Amino acid sequence: MLESVLFWSIAVLAVASGVAVFRVDSMARATYALAVSFVAVGLALLLVGLDYIGLIVVLMMVMEMAVMAVYMIMFMGMNPALMPMSMVHGHRAAVITAVGAFVLLAAGALLVPWPQRRGTPSADPTVALGEALMGSKMLVMMTVSPVMVATIVAGIVLASHRTRYDRLGDDLRRRPADDPQPGGVGR
Amino acid sequence: MTLETLLVVAAALFSVGLYGALSQQVVVMVMMGLELMLNGVILAGAAFWWFLAPNPEGQVLLLIVIAAMTVEMAMGFAVAIVLNRHHGTDMTDMAADLSR
Repeated sequence: MLESVLFWSIAVLAVASGVAVFRVDSMARATYALAVSFVAVGLALLLVGLDYIGLIVVLMMVMEMAVMAVYMIMFMGMNPALMPMSMVHGHRAAVITAVGAFVLLAAGALLVPWPQRRGTPSADPTVALGEALMGSKMLVMMTVSPVMVATIVAGIVLASHRTRYDRLGDDLRRRPADDPQPGGVGR
Repeated sequence: MTLETLLVVAAALFSVGLYGALSQQVVVMVMMGLELMLNGVILAGAAFWWFLAPNPEGQVLLLIVIAAMTVEMAMGFAVAIVLNRHHGTDMTDMAADLSR
């Protein structure tokens, strides 16, 4: 009984705050609403015994929303908590598509004859996950790790205003730099 | 709490995110929509794990989704910076207009 009450409270909170992301009047409030939605889903993961993943979702998303708040202040150039906003396009088509997707997915969830549960969760799912990642599923970690490194490099390359390739040429052989603007080697 | 109810909640989160990703003009808001969609995917994955096959492989799959979410966010922020620097905008429509 308590679990049901808790689950439905979390479910309503997750969906309501998700809707609020696109209904509130400022990007700051939208960010907070998204953070609440993620925290609610993280709590739902804890309810189904995924302690480690649930904690990761909560911690990661709270930090991510903090970074997002910095970005919107950078780009919006205003007090993001006070400025009303409604910047949408194709509103009607988006609503129809979203409602159609929900009806389709919910119908599938309710009408598909799901099979019975196979197996039982291990006594400590976190230990089982750790053993899988360090054992039979090591390839996953070995793939995710270089992807993360590539993401860091690509993010820095995209975000950097000028890099050494701008200053020194594609082969890094230009000495001194032929800079159209000062700031390079020839400054 | 059943598999069906969890999946319906996940579908609602996914659909709300889909609306945001399709309708919002600000790049950061589009990213919020994508995040909500992945939020629903994580919840659905957790539901499948708990109610159908509670083995470590399901948890590994969830970790992959979370990693994908991280990559999407990092690259999205980087693209937002590039857009702002080169086009002076943070809105998708204006970026499309300026590129023509």
